[in-house]
Amino acid sequence: MAAAILAMVPSYISRSVAGSYDNEAVAIFALVFTFYLYVKTLNTGSLFYATLNALSYFYMVCSWGGYTFIINLIPMHVLLCIVTGRYSSRLYIAYAPLVILGTLLAALVPVVGFNAVLTSEHFASFLVFIILHVVAFVYYIKGLLTPRLFKMAMTLVITVGLAVCFAVVAILVALVASSPTKGWSGRSLSLLDPTYASKYIPIIASVSEHQPPTWPSYFMDINVLAFLVPAGIISCFLPLSDASSFMVLYLVTAVYFSGVMVRLMLVLAPAACILSGIALSSAFDVLTRSMKFQLSKLFDDGPAISGNGSPNGSSASTVNTSSSKNEKTEKSEAAPKEKQSKKNRRKDKEVTESVSVKPKKEKRLSVLPLEASIVSTLLLIALGGFYVVHCVWAAAEAYSAPSIVLTSRSREGLHVFDDFREAYAWLSHNTDVDDKVASWWDYGYQTTAMANRTVIVDNNTWNNTHIATVGTAMSSPEKAAWEIFDSLDVKYVLVVFGGLVGYPSDDINKFLWMVRIGGGEFPHIKEPDYLRDGQYRVDAQATPTMLNCLMYKLCYYRFVETDGKGFDRVRGYEIGKKHFKLTHFEEVFTTHHWMVRIYKLKPQKNRIRGKLKKLKSSSKTSSTLAAGRKKNPWQ
Amino acid sequence: MATPLRLAALLLVLVAAFASAARADLVVSRADRKVDLTSHIVRVLTSLKVENAGSEPVSKVLLAFPNIQAKNLAAIRAFGTEGKVKGLSSVLPIEVVEPSGVPPELTFFSASLHKPLQKGKILHLDVLTVFTHFLQPFPEEITQADSQLVVFQDSSHYLSPYPVKVQTLSIRLPGGRVESYTKYGNTKLVDSELKYGPYEDVPPFSYNPIIVHFENNNPFAVAKELIREIEISHWGNVQITEHYNIVHGGARLKGEFSRLDYQSRPYARGVSSFRHLIARLPARAHSIYYRDEIGNISTSHLWSDSKKTQLEIEPRFPLFGGWQTTFTIGYGLPLQDFVFSADGKRFLNITFGSPMEEILIEKLIVKVVLPEGSKDIDVSAPFPTNQWQEVKYSHLDIAGRPVLVLEKPDVIPEHNLHFQVYYKFNNISLLIEPMMLITGFFLLFVACIAYMHTDMSISKNSPSYLAKLQWDEVQATVQQIQGIFHQCLAVHDKLETSLHDLSRTGDAKSCKAARKAADAQFKELAKELKPLLLSVQSSPQSYQIWPKLDDLVAKERELQDKLMARHATVVDSVEKKQRGQDIENRISSQQQKIAALRQEVESLLEYLSEI
Repeated sequence: MAAAILAMVPSYISRSVAGSYDNEAVAIFALVFTFYLYVKTLNTGSLFYATLNALSYFYMVCSWGGYTFIINLIPMHVLLCIVTGRYSSRLYIAYAPLVILGTLLAALVPVVGFNAVLTSEHFASFLVFIILHVVAFVYYIKGLLTPRLFKMAMTLVITVGLAVCFAVVAILVALVASSPTKGWSGRSLSLLDPTYASKYIPIIASVSEHQPPTWPSYFMDINVLAFLVPAGIISCFLPLSDASSFMVLYLVTAVYFSGVMVRLMLVLAPAACILSGIALSSAFDVLTRSMKFQLSKLFDDGPAISGNGSPNGSSASTVNTSSSKNEKTEKSEAAPKEKQSKKNRRKDKEVTESVSVKPKKEKRLSVLPLEASIVSTLLLIALGGFYVVHCVWAAAEAYSAPSIVLTSRSREGLHVFDDFREAYAWLSHNTDVDDKVASWWDYGYQTTAMANRTVIVDNNTWNNTHIATVGTAMSSPEKAAWEIFDSLDVKYVLVVFGGLVGYPSDDINKFLWMVRIGGGEFPHIKEPDYLRDGQYRVDAQATPTMLNCLMYKLCYYRFVETDGKGFDRVRGYEIGKKHFKLTHFEEVFTTHHWMVRIYKLKPQKNRIRGKLKKLKSSSKTSSTLAAGRKKNPWQ
Repeated sequence: MATPLRLAALLLVLVAAFASAARADLVVSRADRKVDLTSHIVRVLTSLKVENAGSEPVSKVLLAFPNIQAKNLAAIRAFGTEGKVKGLSSVLPIEVVEPSGVPPELTFFSASLHKPLQKGKILHLDVLTVFTHFLQPFPEEITQADSQLVVFQDSSHYLSPYPVKVQTLSIRLPGGRVESYTKYGNTKLVDSELKYGPYEDVPPFSYNPIIVHFENNNPFAVAKELIREIEISHWGNVQITEHYNIVHGGARLKGEFSRLDYQSRPYARGVSSFRHLIARLPARAHSIYYRDEIGNISTSHLWSDSKKTQLEIEPRFPLFGGWQTTFTIGYGLPLQDFVFSADGKRFLNITFGSPMEEILIEKLIVKVVLPEGSKDIDVSAPFPTNQWQEVKYSHLDIAGRPVLVLEKPDVIPEHNLHFQVYYKFNNISLLIEPMMLITGFFLLFVACIAYMHTDMSISKNSPSYLAKLQWDEVQATVQQIQGIFHQCLAVHDKLETSLHDLSRTGDAKSCKAARKAADAQFKELAKELKPLLLSVQSSPQSYQIWPKLDDLVAKERELQDKLMARHATVVDSVEKKQRGQDIENRISSQQQKIAALRQEVESLLEYLSEI
């Protein structure tokens, strides 16, 4: 059931569009598989599964940075089990190999390396590992010694153990506290403290996937599962076993993390799917059982009444056996035993308490009326159908359209905005193979793949300095930007501009992040210079720094001539500086809807610099500069 | 521009030397040349009236071109009719010849007549020549706002080894601005037609250079390379895939490209560019696609009627001078329209060139992919091409598909003629691939069946194998035991129900009977159980299960006893007409024990079933 739901969940489809897939799609499989093996080990206590578990953890570490989620969630669950007194040798077998093998294997992955033992993300697992050993030791001794001796040993061990523990913890705390980020990597910290990223690491916060999600996005991504999950939690609690407590813990943490970052909705999706699968299957279980019970009763009653009125006892007994048979078949389906025994105990009590009214009462207890069960089965099926419809819709509408081809519906039909590919095709066919293209990092991979050109920064955000350099160039005035780009050997600069057609995720809207990221590395870029009274705007109220920066100029170059006013459809107002000329850049290509504009760096003017300076001193406007250049015969 | 002048001077020097060599007995009594300059492919139609003034019959007519023109000559065709009036004309074969004593700056073609031209007879000869790269853009670089100016150079006199009596030249221009043209005595420019002549009595090899500098904004679409792949499938489809690498061959764009100017005044700004191409596909073309390496291109339109299918494609961006782009179009055609059979052979009959209008292809490679198993491949093309064979491997191919490759430089729409590829192909070969698949799957399933039915263990008496066998046995027995216990439990339930009935009806007799029946059943089950238990106990593999089983048997026995006891108590008390409350009090302690026992038994059973 859960698998069927998971197969369609929109948030998962979003990661694998049209057959291609993201590393997260692989990672979620690894994540769920690791959890599955962990639970499996917990249930069977088999060392074989424990080893597999460590291997799948290694797979997860290889595929995604989210592996820290596993290495924190499983210790949490182990701790929970110990605290609630559910310690068993199976728990030990499930956990100890995972920590040892998993950490060793994780250290093999280049990106992780010694972080697997050095950073705070992993400390929790080691701490729990130690606690687990202490507990295991205590149990072992308990088995060896008589109760009295055990008590004595216990006090001894506890005093010594606590002392050692405190010493170790104190050392760790001291070590951790000495490092500036307290040993946590920025990404994890931004999860624990939602305001952390916006304060310290603008590059993480700048990605829209790292923003907190909105309620519609929850509904969009998990749809009816959101209603089924609470039911799933309840049915997990009814027979609270190790596995189901793990599920609940998983769900709760996943909900928290998805609340911090949209992207982690991905982690929530499998949890929600599994829990709603549990909810649905137990609901169907109850309903179909009651239906079967009722139907068999109907069939049995029929002949009993039409027959010679044989004693009620026979029919009642058949009913009873059939019900007990039902329960037995269920039992073989590995339904948790507590549930069963509880029911039995209750039934037995019933027998003794009210022998006379017993058959009726039993019916009322575990069996719903026939009509109600049929109706609710149909309703559940309808709910499932609604979910399928929604998933198909989401896959078709929201995720099947590639993000580089935009469409809009108008009265004449579908209108396609294929500007990105237009620009990339132009770059790939009409520029030199060795030319380098500078753009904001969002378009890095696309440019590399589609235009086959070297880019300065791309979606790999490990190197913050490069991104900051490009951000600085974009937020500098033209001349300074030209120098930066020239030093990077850049030939073309690509900006995305949505002001003409109203494409909101363009570079002007991302510009503040460029300023912040650039300012993080190069302190001469200050965010307040670009804000008027704390507000980000590009209209007449905007600051001169803003209106003179390269990004503004490249985006709005000759924009005013389109409608005479320079009305920006994304921002919804007229731009601040309307008429200006570019001195160090020239427009070489602009796509059909102006969404991508490509500029070329003008070559350096060595010989005429003197002349230019003279001109500059005589009149400082750029228009005469351009005129002067036109007259120049060498140009 | 100096070249024609120098050439002319040289020619005049050489005329005397050649005059004797060339058989001057042919006289061109009238020569009308029509030059079409509307597109970037230059077409010259020369109508000649050739008269045999000598005494000998003549069977060859020489046509002369300067080398600079000849190297751009893409096609030449001659049609001739004899007689005073023009009648049915026939195509004359043409070949390059090198007559002795001719200047090296000239290239000669000779049109062979079907029958020699007798003395005094007149031959009407129409020569169509098509030139590529003839129009030179000047200036070579223009801005977006400029329109494209090109230069055309030729001679106002018809260059011929024979004296020409009367001749005219008319040049059709595409309209628009004419920057300059060489003016001679009788030169006229009317609308977009430039006329030179008539000139009378011009000696052989007279060359009178003219230069026309005019505006031509028609698309200079040049395909640097076009690979056409024609794949024949005898399942009923001819699939054509064409990979274009298109460049705008006109004046290069210099400076900025401003989308604003291009959009607001497309005719004034960006007039030299072109933004769409039109392909005329065969009528029944289907599954047409248009894409490039980064995916589908959505800007295309398709019209179709019973005669043709017209596809208008727009590259991703307008092409200015020097800009290039690549794309691929593909379409399927019904097999029966293009592949026929004759004399036990099949042949493909399809056009050679590109379906695009007015496109110049600098290098055309046509690959005909024949189905696997084709033999005796033979081609007949209307013009010379480079040919070789390749092998292409596709899905499920063993020997590979034979590919016939034809290569030709400088292909123009005039080359869009049919060519034929003959081959032999047996229809049975069609079934090879499906049969292969069927056999493959069949073998796979057979292998699966064989695997499932054979015992793959290496040694029949290795300890692990024996242990496994024993273990299987134990499991089977344990299952049987489980079944017995379930039956026992069912009997328990029956006892319970009899008790309920008792409480309702007070019928102690039936209750007793039930107890008796249960007792009998218990005994029977115990009998059944015994051998099974023994067998489990004897098996060495049961060391894990045995204690549990033992426990289970003991617990179950206890449970039975307790149940019976309780049953007896209840029945007794009912018989003694005691109050329900009292009965309850009496059995309550038993009740708890029974419940606990039952729970234990069930958990044990569950444990067993998990094994």
